[in-house]
Amino acid sequence: MKAARERRGQRFAIEGARIVDPASRRDSPGSIYIADGKIAALDRAPDGFVADETIDAKGLVACPGLVDLSARLREPGFEYKATLETEVRAALAGGVTTLACPPDTDPPLDEPGLVEMLRRRAASLEGARVHPLGALTVGLQGKKLAEMRLLAEAGCVGFFQGQAPTAETATLLQAMRYASTFGYTVWLRPQHAGLAAGGVAHEGEVATRLGLAPIPVIAETIAVRAILELMEATGARVHLARLSSGRAVDLVADAKKRGAALTCDVGVHHLHLSDRDIGDFDSNANLAPPLRDPADRDRLRRALADGIIDAVCSDHTPVDEDAKQVPFAEAEPGATALELLLPLVLKWGNEMHLALAEALAPVTSRAAAAIGIEAGRIAPGAAADLCLFDPGKPWIVLPSALASQGKNTPFLGFEMTGRVARTVVGGRSVYVD
Amino acid sequence: MTKSLQVDNEGRLRHLLTTEGLPAPMILRILDTADQFVSVNEREVKKVPLLRGKSIFNVFFEGSTRTRTTFEIAAKRLSADVINLNVAVSSTSKGETLLDTVFNLQAMDADMFVVRHSQSGAAHLIARHVKPGVAVINAGDGRHAHPTQGLLDMYTIRHYKKDFSALTVAIVGDVMHSRVARSQIHALKTLGVPDLRVVGPKTLIPAEAARLGVRVCHDMAEGLRDCDVVVMLRLQNERMNGALLPSASEFFKCYGLTAEKLSTAKPDAIVMHPGPMNRGVEIDSSVADGRQSVILPQVTFGIAVRMAVMSMLGSPS
Repeated sequence: MKAARERRGQRFAIEGARIVDPASRRDSPGSIYIADGKIAALDRAPDGFVADETIDAKGLVACPGLVDLSARLREPGFEYKATLETEVRAALAGGVTTLACPPDTDPPLDEPGLVEMLRRRAASLEGARVHPLGALTVGLQGKKLAEMRLLAEAGCVGFFQGQAPTAETATLLQAMRYASTFGYTVWLRPQHAGLAAGGVAHEGEVATRLGLAPIPVIAETIAVRAILELMEATGARVHLARLSSGRAVDLVADAKKRGAALTCDVGVHHLHLSDRDIGDFDSNANLAPPLRDPADRDRLRRALADGIIDAVCSDHTPVDEDAKQVPFAEAEPGATALELLLPLVLKWGNEMHLALAEALAPVTSRAAAAIGIEAGRIAPGAAADLCLFDPGKPWIVLPSALASQGKNTPFLGFEMTGRVARTVVGGRSVYVD
Repeated sequence: MTKSLQVDNEGRLRHLLTTEGLPAPMILRILDTADQFVSVNEREVKKVPLLRGKSIFNVFFEGSTRTRTTFEIAAKRLSADVINLNVAVSSTSKGETLLDTVFNLQAMDADMFVVRHSQSGAAHLIARHVKPGVAVINAGDGRHAHPTQGLLDMYTIRHYKKDFSALTVAIVGDVMHSRVARSQIHALKTLGVPDLRVVGPKTLIPAEAARLGVRVCHDMAEGLRDCDVVVMLRLQNERMNGALLPSASEFFKCYGLTAEKLSTAKPDAIVMHPGPMNRGVEIDSSVADGRQSVILPQVTFGIAVRMAVMSMLGSPS
């Protein structure tokens, strides 16, 4: 890999690519002209445009740089699992140009100073655009409200409890009231803490067979129902993170039909895997929320295609080897996924018989809309954040093939199709395969 | 996957981790081998030299004097050197990981590990990481499996009932938290038991139990009707007074095995219990000590079955 670093202000042209832009439903060959970090024009060069460099992109798809709603960069606090450097590189290798990172770091992102530092560090790496999600409560303890206004000014795009349990209902009510005062989006991973307590696997045949403590579907649906009630009571806008069950999808579909200010996402693993993939206690399949029944997986796949689920994210969580080489229930949940996001989305799109522009929408335009930022589209005037990939290139998921420091994935050894050739952020090629 | 981890490509037993996926001929071979050891155990000199020079480490991350003792006796009767480690109070409290503990013991040239751990899947994890030639016997992992107990129960059932293909078997009590029940269910299904029931309140029967191929009953009379074999499970103290059950006495009233409840089973039904028993909680003394009880023979057969498993793992010929 060599990362060509052009000066800002450089002009270049990408020619011969198949341009796929979900926002405009475009899927046709063409050229992209870039100047001053922005897309200057499509297909026909602006008058007087002289390219400093022309990239021949024949055989490649050019799509908006991916927007990932959840990537743990592990800083601060977990540098032994991964660092900003390694994970930003992984993002770029995966074609991800914009990402939201959850606040469950150590210390959690509950202070404006921490958020500023993280953003400064990320900016200095000149890679993906990093949008932190601030802690909803101090220390993610679910007791005291975090300084949402100050955190927003420091750059937070929403407020989240991350993997920490959602606050107790009375606190959540106040948190949602307070957030809605300023129009902030509250991000919640719907899981009733008491019903999920001690559980490590979907309550079903596999957990029964393997003797793993169960997390029932109602742990999710009761939480979703409570959140929907609180939304009505407070007027807060909510993003539900990582749906795992078909029943939760039904509740979300109903609420959306009634016009609730609700968005939601699914983790990319949950589109392809089920509790069956735990196999013989494969701790790489220990994820949060848990992998559920194949019927749940199928419902999630359908709902993402139908737009009931707005976005799919990597839920990238690099975990060190020591935290996975333990009995299943003791393993830290999560998987490395930034570099698997694109091929797994392509695989889902293929299997669902979706056009490429439809398949890419939940990781580009629809994901950007869920965060409420300008990103994820190819249009004149938009930031030149692009992902150029070879849609037919096969590769094997091996530790050596991953830039991420985390090598933990249930897809280890699997063949993927689709590999990023070049990633462009703000008009600069920050990754070239 | 289970099969490939514990049975090698030539069909030999490599580890014993679970009864799930263990082929019927393999189970029967273990029971047949145990037959020979039952007669050894009845001799004046109860020792055979099959595992002379082999080192067997009993590594118990969760305390259990009884099970450890039966493995120790089995290993000694096969002439192996036995090393007992109660890791619950040593290494892990010093922060050593499970695999580090195992690698350290492996460096002391262990040939076989007998492992008990409070987490489901611990024995699988160890089996995946030991050197070739080192065998792992799961002596109980969380709620998952306790295969030697399951096999000794199969031995006991075969001893008294000869044939599995027409049996009605009921497993009663805390199936949810029982690794014994899971090991029994898989073995009984593999051996072709046509009518297998689990009996207990909904709080102690796991979700999707029916998908394991059992019939779920919540009523004792219905569950025991015409049974050939009644297996009572131990109710752990911590389950007795809490969110799962109101009290031990209410449990006994509904699901405790009394002579009266047993009367709905066949007259020649046998009563089993993996021990240790809670008299007056899951079983009445008159039944535990009665003519239908085979609870003590289970213990005796347990030594022979563990000898069979160890000899098959230790001398792969």
